[in-house]
Amino acid sequence: MSERLRILIAKPGLDGHDRGAKVVARALRDAGMEVIYTGLRQTPEMIVEAALQEDVDAVGLSILSGAHMTLVPRVIKVLREAGLGHVKVFVGGIVPDEDVPALKKLGVAGIFGPGTNTQVMSDFIRQQLTEV
Amino acid sequence: MELVTKALVGNRYALARLISLVEDNGADARAALATLYPHTGQAHIVGVTGAPGTGKSTLVNELAKALRAQGTTVGVVAVDPSSPFTGGALLGDRVRMRDLAGDPGVFIRSMASRGSLGGLARATSDVVRVLDAVGFTVVLVETVGAGQAEVDVARIAHTTVVVEAPGRGDEVQALKAGLLEIADVLVVNKADQPGAAQAARMLEMVINQNALPPVGGDRGGEASDNVWRPPILKTIALDGTGVPEVLEAVAAHRDYLRTSGTWAEREQARIETELRNVLQQELLDRLLARVGEEQIQAWVERIAAREVDVYTAVEAISSTEKRP
Repeated sequence: MSERLRILIAKPGLDGHDRGAKVVARALRDAGMEVIYTGLRQTPEMIVEAALQEDVDAVGLSILSGAHMTLVPRVIKVLREAGLGHVKVFVGGIVPDEDVPALKKLGVAGIFGPGTNTQVMSDFIRQQLTEV
Repeated sequence: MELVTKALVGNRYALARLISLVEDNGADARAALATLYPHTGQAHIVGVTGAPGTGKSTLVNELAKALRAQGTTVGVVAVDPSSPFTGGALLGDRVRMRDLAGDPGVFIRSMASRGSLGGLARATSDVVRVLDAVGFTVVLVETVGAGQAEVDVARIAHTTVVVEAPGRGDEVQALKAGLLEIADVLVVNKADQPGAAQAARMLEMVINQNALPPVGGDRGGEASDNVWRPPILKTIALDGTGVPEVLEAVAAHRDYLRTSGTWAEREQARIETELRNVLQQELLDRLLARVGEEQIQAWVERIAAREVDVYTAVEAISSTEKRP
């Protein structure tokens, strides 16, 4: 584990609303993490490639399009295929409550909806990434 | 070392891990760098610097694309600043480099400056060395958005591209020492915006003055034919206009360095600077380890109480044995 937590914030899929992703990126920066921001419209393959090159501890996916049940499993699958199964995945955006258990079962380490306190979020992420 | 062996045969995750090791100055970092060193010295290291928002990342993206079209492999190291308060960083250079995704001939790494002030991170030169060792033909190094004095990139790059944009100040700005002096290639980006021709003319004037021998200097009376004059090129990086010309200038500069003997000269100078820097850091670390944090704090208090001044304290600390 690197001395500084490195986390990739990515927006997979086609929705163009990146305000949330930017707020999260800024909050994690302020929590002392090194945040790699990739911008809009990333394919799962692009996200995993960036995660690999940047050797990140976690990937945060911001999805507001409703396509999370397609995109998240795909990102997790491609991560595992690339040998990055240890990289934690967090999801932010609009995720209906009934989808949460399925995503958690897939291995998503945390899901943050609208109104999440950014301090609570960054504390949770840090704790998830530093526990042995 | 397994990581080094794997990275040298093209394993990209091993390469990423190796870069982290070097960046964090981990326990095995020095051994890894020692093993890699004989493999280095092949890549053309090109620095790209300029003020924030001039279009460095976009230009790097376009340069890398053009190099790939020629079949050249490209490593990219993009540095962004760390917060001086939290140590956190927002590394956003990849946003402009999405065209390079999915190409195995490209490897992009974002680095936080981690407290370094010269426009690069402490470990940037080592990370560049790793990319050089594993065989990337060109390594592009993008600095943090540079002000006037962040000129460290010139010490690690063979060729330094300084990116300017229209409307960034008058002639006096251009006459100041620093960034413009390290330029081997000058780019006026955003050439479609008003003021671009003016900016280029202004740079032209400054560069022509730079090329003159200093008044009353001892460099002889005339400028040698063997002097490189930085070309001033206009680009619109957003759509790639002018980028092939920048690439040509970068290649021409590389050829100039090779044929004029400047390549070896710069290499020597670079190595000497690096040796001195590392020596300085190492000696400081050793001294501090010997003196101990407690004693340093005791000196801080004495200095704050006006009992001694900083120089007296340093004299005492560096000659060890003495106590405050």
